[in-house]
Amino acid sequence: MHIDHSQPLEYSTQQNQLNILGFWIFLGAEIMLFATLFTAYFTLEGRTGSGPTPAEIFEITPVLIETFVLLTSSFTIGLGIHAMRLGRKNAMMTFFGITLLLGLCFLGVEVFEFMHYYHVGATYQTSAFTAALLTTLGTHGGHVTLGLFWGTFILLQVKKRGLTPETANKSFIFSLYWHFLDVVWIFIFSFIYLKGMM
Amino acid sequence: MRKKWTLLTSMMALVFVLAGCEPLLVLDPKGPQAERQANDIMLSIGIMSVIVIVVMVILAYILFKYRASKQPDDYEPPHIHGNKWVEIVCVGVPILIVAYLSFVSVKSNYIVESTPEGYENQEPLVIYASSSDWKWHFSYPEEGIETVNYLYIPTDRPIEFKLYSYGPITSFWIPQLGGQKYAMSDMVTTLHLAADEAGEYMGRNANFSGKGFAENTFNVTAMSQADYDEWVDEVHDTAKPLTEDEFETLLEPGHLGQMTFTGTHLEFSPAPEHAHNEVSDEDSDESHEHSNHENHTEEETDHSGH
Amino acid sequence: MEFLEFFERFAIPHPSPAIYASMVAIALTSIGIVAGLTYFKKWGYLWREWLTTVDHKKIGIMYLVSALLMLFRGGADAIMMRAQLATPDAKLLDAQHYNEIFTTHGVVMIIFMAMPFIFAFMNLIVPLQIGARDVAFPRLNALSFWLFFAGAMLFNISFVVGGSPDAGWTSYFPLAGNDFSESVGTNYYMLAIQISGIGSLMTGINMCTTILKMRAPGMTLMKMPMFTWSAFIANVIIVFAFPVLTVALIMGTTDRLFATNFFTTESGGMDMLWANFFWIWGHPEVYILILPAFGLYSEIISTFSRRNLYGYSSMVWSMILISLLSFLVWTHHFFTMGQGALTNSIFSITTMAIAVPTGVKIFNWLFTMWKGKIRFTVPMLYSIGFIPLFTIGGVTGVMLAMSAADYQYHNTMFLVAHFHNTIIPGVVFAMLAGLTYYWPKFFGFMLNEKIGKVTFWLLTVGFVLAFFPMYLTGLDGQARRMYTYSEATGFGPLNMLSFIGAALMAIGFVTIVYNVYYSFKNSSRDIGSDPWDARSLEWATHTPVPEYNFARTPQISSSETFWDSKKNGHVLFKGEIEEIHMPNNSGVPFIMGIIFFIAGFSFIFALWVPAVIGLIGIFVCMAMRSFEKDHGRHISVKEIKETEEKLGGAK
Repeated sequence: MHIDHSQPLEYSTQQNQLNILGFWIFLGAEIMLFATLFTAYFTLEGRTGSGPTPAEIFEITPVLIETFVLLTSSFTIGLGIHAMRLGRKNAMMTFFGITLLLGLCFLGVEVFEFMHYYHVGATYQTSAFTAALLTTLGTHGGHVTLGLFWGTFILLQVKKRGLTPETANKSFIFSLYWHFLDVVWIFIFSFIYLKGMM
Repeated sequence: MRKKWTLLTSMMALVFVLAGCEPLLVLDPKGPQAERQANDIMLSIGIMSVIVIVVMVILAYILFKYRASKQPDDYEPPHIHGNKWVEIVCVGVPILIVAYLSFVSVKSNYIVESTPEGYENQEPLVIYASSSDWKWHFSYPEEGIETVNYLYIPTDRPIEFKLYSYGPITSFWIPQLGGQKYAMSDMVTTLHLAADEAGEYMGRNANFSGKGFAENTFNVTAMSQADYDEWVDEVHDTAKPLTEDEFETLLEPGHLGQMTFTGTHLEFSPAPEHAHNEVSDEDSDESHEHSNHENHTEEETDHSGH
Repeated sequence: MEFLEFFERFAIPHPSPAIYASMVAIALTSIGIVAGLTYFKKWGYLWREWLTTVDHKKIGIMYLVSALLMLFRGGADAIMMRAQLATPDAKLLDAQHYNEIFTTHGVVMIIFMAMPFIFAFMNLIVPLQIGARDVAFPRLNALSFWLFFAGAMLFNISFVVGGSPDAGWTSYFPLAGNDFSESVGTNYYMLAIQISGIGSLMTGINMCTTILKMRAPGMTLMKMPMFTWSAFIANVIIVFAFPVLTVALIMGTTDRLFATNFFTTESGGMDMLWANFFWIWGHPEVYILILPAFGLYSEIISTFSRRNLYGYSSMVWSMILISLLSFLVWTHHFFTMGQGALTNSIFSITTMAIAVPTGVKIFNWLFTMWKGKIRFTVPMLYSIGFIPLFTIGGVTGVMLAMSAADYQYHNTMFLVAHFHNTIIPGVVFAMLAGLTYYWPKFFGFMLNEKIGKVTFWLLTVGFVLAFFPMYLTGLDGQARRMYTYSEATGFGPLNMLSFIGAALMAIGFVTIVYNVYYSFKNSSRDIGSDPWDARSLEWATHTPVPEYNFARTPQISSSETFWDSKKNGHVLFKGEIEEIHMPNNSGVPFIMGIIFFIAGFSFIFALWVPAVIGLIGIFVCMAMRSFEKDHGRHISVKEIKETEEKLGGAK
């Protein structure tokens, strides 16, 4: 396998470059996926049937915690990639570990938030609004869950195999994924929660 | 203008001959909206035929002239990149055609979406046409009449159909009076039609709605205002009133013959005329009840949402 | 007793002798295949060479075979419909069967015939045209195929297990909801299309990456062969359109399985939202199919006119414009929904605008033949037939785009005639042209020209007879999807004509199979690597193509490098042969296909335990892939030289 040492480790082989470009294109598809979910949400937002309206069920505290936790995790994974570029395996693994823990916190709060919705009578079946809300949040949450597993696997591989072109490539791609989830969350926070509470 | 009409009529004649002499329904309009649409159709057939013929002639010429069997063995075709002027013509002419058709299309859109031309100063007759599997219910709120699967209308008067559905999306279509429009369960759409001539016309649901779709038709009879008034009086003298229970049995899936009632279902089961996002809490309870009516035949339906 | 109750759900709600006969036929065929494989000891061969392959050429051939099989399945549906409508008040099919048949006809032809057909050509041709060894992600490519295949099989068993979908290929809600479609049929629709849709999305990502990153040295974007350009743009559309379908199908699935209210008529559900999402995907989908077809025509017309493609850059720009416009026209599928004159006017104009770039392409093909030296081979006949027929399909599209007039065309046979008029001469003819054109490259012998010409004429005459009468019956008020009509309507004679045309087409398709059989037995195997005297890079390697495609990476001079090397002395292959790195085969994609099939089937019947186990299985496969160390394998210089020698001298 030809390794180009003038490039950062994650870009150093042709397959690595292909993987990164392919992942960017995948994120393009993900943007369309979430754009469709947002469109559905905005269309159905006011169609609450006999169920509650957004303002009646949204609570600021868990949402702020989630936002804070996820934004921080995006920062820590950035630090992790920086450490990786410097070749500092342990620092990189620590930052990745923190990122995953923060992701887990986010997920915990989101589960709590979903239970709250269930208790106030906003279930998946209640209305078009609740279905669109829970599908949008659930799709994002599902992505985070998948990311937790994926990130853990990568962490294990880095631990076992060290920073190779392969593991560096995987870590970098994972960081792209994680940043993307953060960006989606910013949209969710602004256009679903803040708009709904106003 | 006259030239254009001769062209159009001669082409219509050609189409009729092809179809076996009977005029095609859509091209045999009996009302101003259908006429506008038939004119648009004939106009576009005309322009499009020219395009198709031009392409075919060029193709035939090239195939004839440049076929390999006609050329010397050592003929080597040249390398041609493209020519600015040829490409400008190839882009420019289609743009002009499309621009002209767009202009006609936009104009026609506003015409078919408003009271028919020449009828603007008349009070339109409002008829609510609602579909259920696989019937049409026509409510005449002014006259206090409701019919099933047949429609009586006065000629020379604009008619405003208010369309909605108890169930799947359907499409209300009377080809000789004008094009179709969807009837849906949570909003009311409006279709403007008028009949210039008395006569019987075919009407149907054009949008697939399940097993009974093929037979989901109705008869339209257009008659003079005097005859129409006579019919209204006759209905009031002879027909039974429509009760809520009776209406609910009518909604059950299946086919029915023609039926006539006094009173309309709008009194106890109003049309979904409000937009959903403007619904206040009170209204949404109503619409909730209303949707129960719609689905009363489906006992197994999951109502866990309520 | 409980045991029986469990199996009751798999019974067909609306059986008929024909369905029972198909069940028996399916069972016998399956037993026959298994017995044959066992008797001839071909299981190992099947597993090693096909089920686990990651080679783009073999995957392409598997797509091709699947597409042909599905063509016959969809064709059988079509001929049944035309037979039922041939005479007034016919009793061949009842309403329910007719509804099921036109639904499956639409889905099978678009999703499981046309899509794999274009994927077949993308897989077979694109890496060769850009001088690459394989696609960017060979294993993902195999997974794409197996997901498509799982979806196709899932959809196809619907009519013998639990009942076919019956709400039309558009599956509009609320008709497709539980209230009006009670059988599991629509669940099949949602899940099967979802699974193969995920596969399509992966192909989209794979092909885009391949084309952007793996072109041979010297091949700039504007030197790519036209088919590669068309494949690239089609795949960009896939990446942006398919996620919309994914979301819509998820919502439709939860509405049916978990009683949500996205598209229902209660609790705020909105039936029009489905129609919008469906067509935001659905209209670009049409261009996903037609653009690669345009690409194939460009290659074929240029080869058999012995001329370079006229107006290369305007061809590219027109495709880019078409791809952008394709996302801006979806509302024209429901002008009659009551959006009002303004919205209709906007979408009427955007729709007509597509005619301009399409027209440019038609003229470019005409000018490519100009001053050429035209040979009337079978692929060329399809391309020549395509031009006038597709023009008719295109101009009727412009007619439909006039929204006020569309109130009269909508939902009628006129519309049916229009889209068949674009899809059959546009896509199907292109696929058959491509099949005949590329057949020798991948199978080592030519298809018989005489039989091919008979096929072409049967299909063309059949097509005209089958579909042109529909323009008239549409204008005469025959709505689409009606299972019968009365004699008084007067639709009878023209529908009989359509049936005759459909029958001719059916015979035409059968002659293709005969042609393959006949040519396999009789055609010469000594055809060289460039039997058509073609122009682009895929003809520069051997026939059959070695697994590594090119022993040495080609050097590119223009969009017709191979022609340059034949006529202008361009040196295509420079330097020494080096060791080649190739990916390993893997059984995981095939296994994942099976798991997807089982999980999908379980979801369809709401069998939650196997459904959840299936989902876990999918994640386990993904996790295993993450931990797997697979660096591929190397083909030694000696081995390459031996292969090259065997195939006819080093190239």
